[in-house]
Amino acid sequence: MKRTIFSNQLLPWLLLAPQLIITFVFFLWPAAQAVRQSFLREDAFGTRTSFVGLENFAYLLQSPEYFNSLKVTAIFAVSVTVLSMGMALLLAIAVDRMIRSTRVYTTLLVWPYAVAPAVAGILWWFIFNPTIGIMPYVLAQVGYDWNHISSKTDAMMLVVIASAWKQISYNFLFFLAGLQSIPGSLREAAAIDGAGPVRRFFDITFPLLSPTTFFLLVVNIVYAMFDTFGVIDATTEGGPAQATNIMVYKVYFDGFIGQNIGSSAAQSVVLMILVLILTVVQFRFVEKKVAY
Amino acid sequence: MASITLDNLGKVYPGGTRAVGGVNIDIADGEFIVLVGPSGCGKSTLLRMVAGLESISEGEVRIGDRVVNKVEPADRDIAMVFQNYALYPHMSVRQNLAYGLKNRKTPKDEIEKRVAQASEILQIGPFLDRKPAALSGGQRQRVAMGRAIVREPAAFLFDEPLSNLDAKLRVAMRLEIKELQKRLRTTSLYVTHDQLEAMTLADRLVVLNGGQVEQIGTPLDVYRRPASAFVASFIGSPAMNLISASAVPHLPGTAHAGQIGIRPEDLSVTPDGPIAMNVLAVEELGAQRLVHGKTGGERITITLPSDAPLSDSMNLSFRPDALHLFHKDSGKRMD
Ligand SMILES: Nc1ncnc2c1ncn2[C@@H]1O[C@H](COP(=O)(O)OP(=O)(O)O)[C@@H](O)[C@H]1O
Ligand SMILES: [Mg+2]
Repeated sequence: MKRTIFSNQLLPWLLLAPQLIITFVFFLWPAAQAVRQSFLREDAFGTRTSFVGLENFAYLLQSPEYFNSLKVTAIFAVSVTVLSMGMALLLAIAVDRMIRSTRVYTTLLVWPYAVAPAVAGILWWFIFNPTIGIMPYVLAQVGYDWNHISSKTDAMMLVVIASAWKQISYNFLFFLAGLQSIPGSLREAAAIDGAGPVRRFFDITFPLLSPTTFFLLVVNIVYAMFDTFGVIDATTEGGPAQATNIMVYKVYFDGFIGQNIGSSAAQSVVLMILVLILTVVQFRFVEKKVAY
Repeated sequence: MASITLDNLGKVYPGGTRAVGGVNIDIADGEFIVLVGPSGCGKSTLLRMVAGLESISEGEVRIGDRVVNKVEPADRDIAMVFQNYALYPHMSVRQNLAYGLKNRKTPKDEIEKRVAQASEILQIGPFLDRKPAALSGGQRQRVAMGRAIVREPAAFLFDEPLSNLDAKLRVAMRLEIKELQKRLRTTSLYVTHDQLEAMTLADRLVVLNGGQVEQIGTPLDVYRRPASAFVASFIGSPAMNLISASAVPHLPGTAHAGQIGIRPEDLSVTPDGPIAMNVLAVEELGAQRLVHGKTGGERITITLPSDAPLSDSMNLSFRPDALHLFHKDSGKRMD
C-alpha cells in the first residue's frame, strides 16, 4: 500500500477526528458506561447507588428468565439465519439462471432492505394481525388458527419471518454476486463430466460459494441477535410470556421499562462479549479463506 | 471412437442473431478437424452445439450413427477442453481428473488406473495433489487435457485451448496436442482463430466466415487453392496479396474477376518484371524479409531471402499459374 507522508503533524488527526469522535461518543463512551453500571446497583427509588462487584452477573446466571432469553435468542437467530439465507440462495439461483433479466430483478429485490426495520415490523404486524390482518384470514381458510398474541409458536414465527424478510434482499445480492463470479464454463465442464443439476450445485457451485456463505452466516447471526430490536418492539414486545424476549430486547425491557439498570447493564456486557467473539471468529476465518 | 456428422446445422440465438447457418461437415473416425475463422464467426457456437451446451435451431448433429440433437452433454460421449480450462478450483488435480469417471460410477481401481495413465502421458504426476491455483498456465492446460483423455471419449472438442498461453508455450503445446491425437486416434474438433495453429494441427481445415463454411480441405489444399478471396486473405502468413482486377486490365482471362491474388512468396524481383513497386517498409524476420510497397494504388507484399538486395523501387514478376482469380460478385475462386 502507498504510504502518505504528512508534513503537518496536526492534519492527519484533524482528518481522523470526525470518525474518532463518533466512535467515542456513540460507542466507547456508552460501552464504558455499561461496563461501569454492570458493577453497580441502584436502590428502588434510584437515589443511592452502591458497588456490588459481580453480583449483577451472578444474579443473571441464576435467573431462569435469562436462560429462557438465551434459548429464545438461539432459536430465533438460527431460524432467521436459515430462513433468510435459504430463501435468498433460492432466489439468487433462480435469477442467476436467467442472467439477462438480472438487472430488473436485483432492483426489485433491494427495496425490502431499504425499508426501516420498524416499518417492516409494523407491516408484518398488520399482515398477521389476528383481527384485521390478511394472513390469519388466509390461514384460517386452510384450517390454521393463527394468533401470535396468545400462541408462543405463532409469535416466534411472526418475528422470525418479519426479521428474515428484511435480510433476504441483502443476502440475495451477495449470493447473486457470488454465483455470477463462478465462470459458466465450470458448470458446463461438470455437465459434460456427467453431473446433473443437483449434483453440480453441491459439487461445484456450493463449495465455490462458501466464502460468501460464511460471511453471510456471521452477518446474519449478528443481525438476528442485535439488530432485530425494532421488529420485536413493533410486533410482540417480547411476549407472549417471554416467548420472543430475545437478549437485546430484554436489555431494553429490563433497563427502561423495568428500571433495573444494573441487570440491564450486565446483560449488555454479555452481549458485547458475544459480538467480540463473533467478530474474532469472522476475522480468523476470513484470514484462512474458507475452502479453496 | 466415432465419426461426427453435421447436417445442415444452424443456430439462431434468442435475440435473433443468426450465428451459424447451413453447415455440413463429415468428420471421419479419428480425424483431426480444425474450425478456423475470425472472431465472432460462430466457431464456438458450432462446437457448443456439438457438445450439447447450446441448443440446435436447425439441422442435425450425429455422433456415430446416433442423432444427438436432444441428448444431454453427459450422454454424448464427448470431452471438452475450454479456453479458460474450467478446472474445478476447489479440487485437487487428481479429483479434477477423476470427477467425470466418479459421476459415471467407474470402479475405484479403474479410476486410479486411468488417472495414473493420463498423468504419465501428460507428465502431471508430480502435481496430482495440488489445487489448480498452484499450477502454471502450461500445467493447467495439461490437466485440462488430462481430464479429457481419462474419460476415453468418442470425441475431443477443443475451444481455443491454447489462446491463454504465451507464444512459446503455445507452439510447444500445439505439437503435444498433435502427437497426443496421433497416438490416441480420437476424433477431434478443434476451434481456433489462429490460422497457423489451424494449418499445423489439422487433418482437414474448415474455414468459417459469418457462420457459413467457406471451404473444407487439407491445409495444403486450402493454402494452394483457396476457394474464395476471404479464405485467400485469411489463410497464409504473410497474407496473400489481393489486387483489384481493374488495376491490371491487360491480364487475359480476368473479365469477370473482382480480385486477383498472389502469394508474397510467388513474386520475384526481376529487372524487367511487369509490376513496378515502390518500397514503403521492410520487416526483417531473420531467415527472410518482408518487403511492403505500393504499385498503382494497391498495397503489395513480397517475401525475399534476407540477403536479397534492396532498393527503393523494384520490378516484380510472377508465373502466370501462381495467380488466383476471384469472381467480382461472389468472391469465389474462378478456376
Ligand atoms: N448467448 C448468445 N446470445 C446471442 N448471441 C450470441 C451468443 N453467443 C454468441 N453470440 C453471437 O453469435 C456470433 C458467434 O459467436 P461465437 O460462436 O462465440 O463466435 P467465435 O467463437 O467464432 O468467436 C457472434 O456474433 C456473437 O455475438
Ligand atoms: Mg469463441
